[in-house]
Amino acid sequence: MVLAAGTGTDVVRAILQGTPPGAVYALVALGFVLTYKTSGVFNLAFGAQAFVSAAMFFQARVEWGWSTVPALVLAVFVLAPLTGLLMERLIFRHLRTASAVSKLVVAIGLSVALPSLFETLTGFAGVAGRTPEGLVPDGATVFYDPLGVYPFSRDELVALGVAVVGMLGLGALFRFSSIGLAMRAVVESPRMTELAGIDADRVSSVAWMLSSFFAGMAGVLIAPRFNTLMAPDFFHLVVVAVAAAAIGRLVSLPRALIGGLGLGIFIALFRTFLPRWSADHPWLEPFQNNLTPSMPFVVLFGVLVLWPAIRRSPAAADPLSGVDPPPPSLVSATRSAVLTRAARVFGVCFLLLVGLTVWFRGDVVWVHLVTQATIMSLILLSVTVITGLAGQISLCQGTFAAIGALTVFQLADRWDVSVLAAALVGAVIAAVVGALLSIPVLRLGGIWLAIATLAFAFFFDAVMLKFSWVGGGDSALLQGHRVPRPVLGPWDLADDRRFLVLVVVVFALVSVFVIRIREGTTGLILRGLRGSEVAAESVGVSPARARMLAFAISAAIAGLGGGLLAIHQENVNYGNNFTPMAALFWVVLVVTLSARTVEGAAQAGAAFSLFNSVILRGDGIGWITRGHLPGFFPLSPKWRFVLFGLASIQFARHPEGLVEHGKRRATAGMDARLAARRERAEPGAASSTAQQDPPSPDPSKVAAVGKQP
Amino acid sequence: MTPALELLNVEAGYGPFRALFGVTISVPAGGAVALLGANGAGKTTVARVASGLLEPSAGSVLVDGRDLTGERTFRFARAGVAHAPEGRSVFATFTVEENLTLSFQRLLGSDGLDDGLERAYSIFPRLGERRRQVAGTLSGGEQRMLSMARVLVEAPSVLVADELSLGLAPIVTDEIYATLEAIRASGTAMLIVEQHVGHALALCEHVVLLDKGTVAWEGPADEAADVVVSRLFEKSGG
Repeated sequence: MVLAAGTGTDVVRAILQGTPPGAVYALVALGFVLTYKTSGVFNLAFGAQAFVSAAMFFQARVEWGWSTVPALVLAVFVLAPLTGLLMERLIFRHLRTASAVSKLVVAIGLSVALPSLFETLTGFAGVAGRTPEGLVPDGATVFYDPLGVYPFSRDELVALGVAVVGMLGLGALFRFSSIGLAMRAVVESPRMTELAGIDADRVSSVAWMLSSFFAGMAGVLIAPRFNTLMAPDFFHLVVVAVAAAAIGRLVSLPRALIGGLGLGIFIALFRTFLPRWSADHPWLEPFQNNLTPSMPFVVLFGVLVLWPAIRRSPAAADPLSGVDPPPPSLVSATRSAVLTRAARVFGVCFLLLVGLTVWFRGDVVWVHLVTQATIMSLILLSVTVITGLAGQISLCQGTFAAIGALTVFQLADRWDVSVLAAALVGAVIAAVVGALLSIPVLRLGGIWLAIATLAFAFFFDAVMLKFSWVGGGDSALLQGHRVPRPVLGPWDLADDRRFLVLVVVVFALVSVFVIRIREGTTGLILRGLRGSEVAAESVGVSPARARMLAFAISAAIAGLGGGLLAIHQENVNYGNNFTPMAALFWVVLVVTLSARTVEGAAQAGAAFSLFNSVILRGDGIGWITRGHLPGFFPLSPKWRFVLFGLASIQFARHPEGLVEHGKRRATAGMDARLAARRERAEPGAASSTAQQDPPSPDPSKVAAVGKQP
Repeated sequence: MTPALELLNVEAGYGPFRALFGVTISVPAGGAVALLGANGAGKTTVARVASGLLEPSAGSVLVDGRDLTGERTFRFARAGVAHAPEGRSVFATFTVEENLTLSFQRLLGSDGLDDGLERAYSIFPRLGERRRQVAGTLSGGEQRMLSMARVLVEAPSVLVADELSLGLAPIVTDEIYATLEAIRASGTAMLIVEQHVGHALALCEHVVLLDKGTVAWEGPADEAADVVVSRLFEKSGG
């Protein structure tokens, strides 16, 4: 290829163009690395924090009519550090000894909860078409062109300046002040730091306030680049930051800086040159349109997959971790046969009652909601398999479900395949994609697996969806992805009640399948791997194969559920159902309630679909009080995100899930009471059975273990 | 004279597991107490309670007569308790110099910092040679020297040393014990947890023998040798 005249100028222009966003990426990456270095928290809520500050700034500037300086002080110098302080004090201080994965789950919960909490408290709402205010007037319209190559807008120059000052300040802090050294010490071992006479809690508070300040600053700086202030855009930002930070292996501040700048420039170069190359090479064209917006995700995925050394980050374990009490062991639920039978009878009765009520009394809306709840339970079963059984956090379950849904759409739209058959095909395709994805991703493990799956979800969202053989192309954009309801033999499932029956049957079948896996050899192997990978390997278990199987099964279930959801809604509704953000909330729901049981998935599905109408809108209370609703109803649907997001904090303490935890405490108490009654009735009998039973944990001890911080 | 460190009827444990059942130990100012016992007797737990790493569930801990029970670990350190924990006791990702700086900054202030570093390097020239090296890559003996250097430069009122000789070559152990003698000479009281009974008895004048979380025997060091030997044989014989 002959280089066009002025290629050099173009390179320079692209570099200049990429520098201001690169500087902001670097700023976010620095804050992100700072949190990770000083608290070991992979803070995915960083984007949410950035959003909160940006929205606060916007609210104060535009809604309340404040001038720039007080608005900036409030949003960045007060609110941001305060958020960080509260997060540290109330949440992460108590999780210091928790595993990295549980901290990640808590951070994911917070990233779901924080924006909604802010929006409900302040009444802020992102309005489309209102470009967020920059720090300086006319930021986007006044340009300066010092080199005669690329005109910088005022906003860009401000971003660049603030980023440079921030980086220099942070560098100086770490280089010259004692607090910098103390922060690093706290990461390695808070206890050893305290042995040196340093108050570790105060140091980590300072670190959180500082990194949150960075998040807030970056949020305000980056906001003018979006055309609407919405939380998901800022979540993208944090993924970009992770990509930049990953280049520095998450621990090196200078490399995170270079990573951020490099990413900005790389994207700008790509934007400049890819269109020209694709003019010469037509096969590049779809990539040109689709790949540019997703560069950060591609880079992140590439870094994670091609550079596996990253997970061997040089972080050293705390030599004093032996001081902590042992982690609460996952006590297996033990309950007496009587109680088990009683619970089963109660469960069946309850389900029958609900089913009959919905069948005979439910109106269209309720049948619709219950159907959706059942399908969501099915989709969430996929989380049960991958997270509850295999112990891996996958953040791309929404993508698998979307693959199922889009397969149904494509097959029905193009070849008129029956949608039910198409849903099965969708499940198979999702399983294949899941298995393929698991090959590079599974060896990462832990938080890296979660991040890589997140990158994949965003990649699918930004690139794959744009291909017409996936997302349906332009016609689908205009008309939506219409999906017909099937006819099964003599039954036309366009009838909502009949479709509900089909969905319930499918859910029951898949539940039985999942339970069989859990109780069977595969479940045993997966449980062994959760306990100790080394021990499992030493008895001849192949972790890769077992986990790949779990991944494929999980993807298949998600794909099947996604297909059914599309059939149910008679549309794919990708934007409402399957975005990476939506899938994030799924994981939060399931792990918060109960990740290991089918009931847990069902409860999570019910919570997802019904919580809003039953609790928040007040229908449940209204039904009980016969229409006398207290005045504060209806509550905002955002409380769903706030409540479940915050509830995920409990995950670190009760990895078995809140419902499961409560159930175990209750059954343990009830069993104790039953045993006591038997003892009274028949002295000696209970104690003799207790001796014959396998050593079941003493209920009081189970409760005590559960309460351990 | 008030003891430098006193544990009164201390009970402690980890979560549901109890390790100590009413342990009382007193370390007189300037004195040295050796804590001996089998694996799992609770020696390390005593050391952790003494330096505030572990909060006792009952009983109290007094440092120089001040009741510090339930206080945070850094308060113990500021009250003059230095703890060299079992195993690795340096910040592995820090350089030698950063390790020393972290300790000296609070003790000596930023003005005294350079002076303190120089003194540490003159006591242990090896550390001076390796001041830029990451501490995690030092040998076990050098890591011990590093943690000793922190204590040597600014003598604490009590040193709690947990298994200092663990995993070290005999010649290095001798060196460490020579250092401990020097620290003692400067007036620091000591609570020494050790499996090398000979070393411990040579250094300390008082011995506490722990067994299953309680004090099984205590007395002067010259009587201790017989008790320890008889108990050891009793154990292995029975």
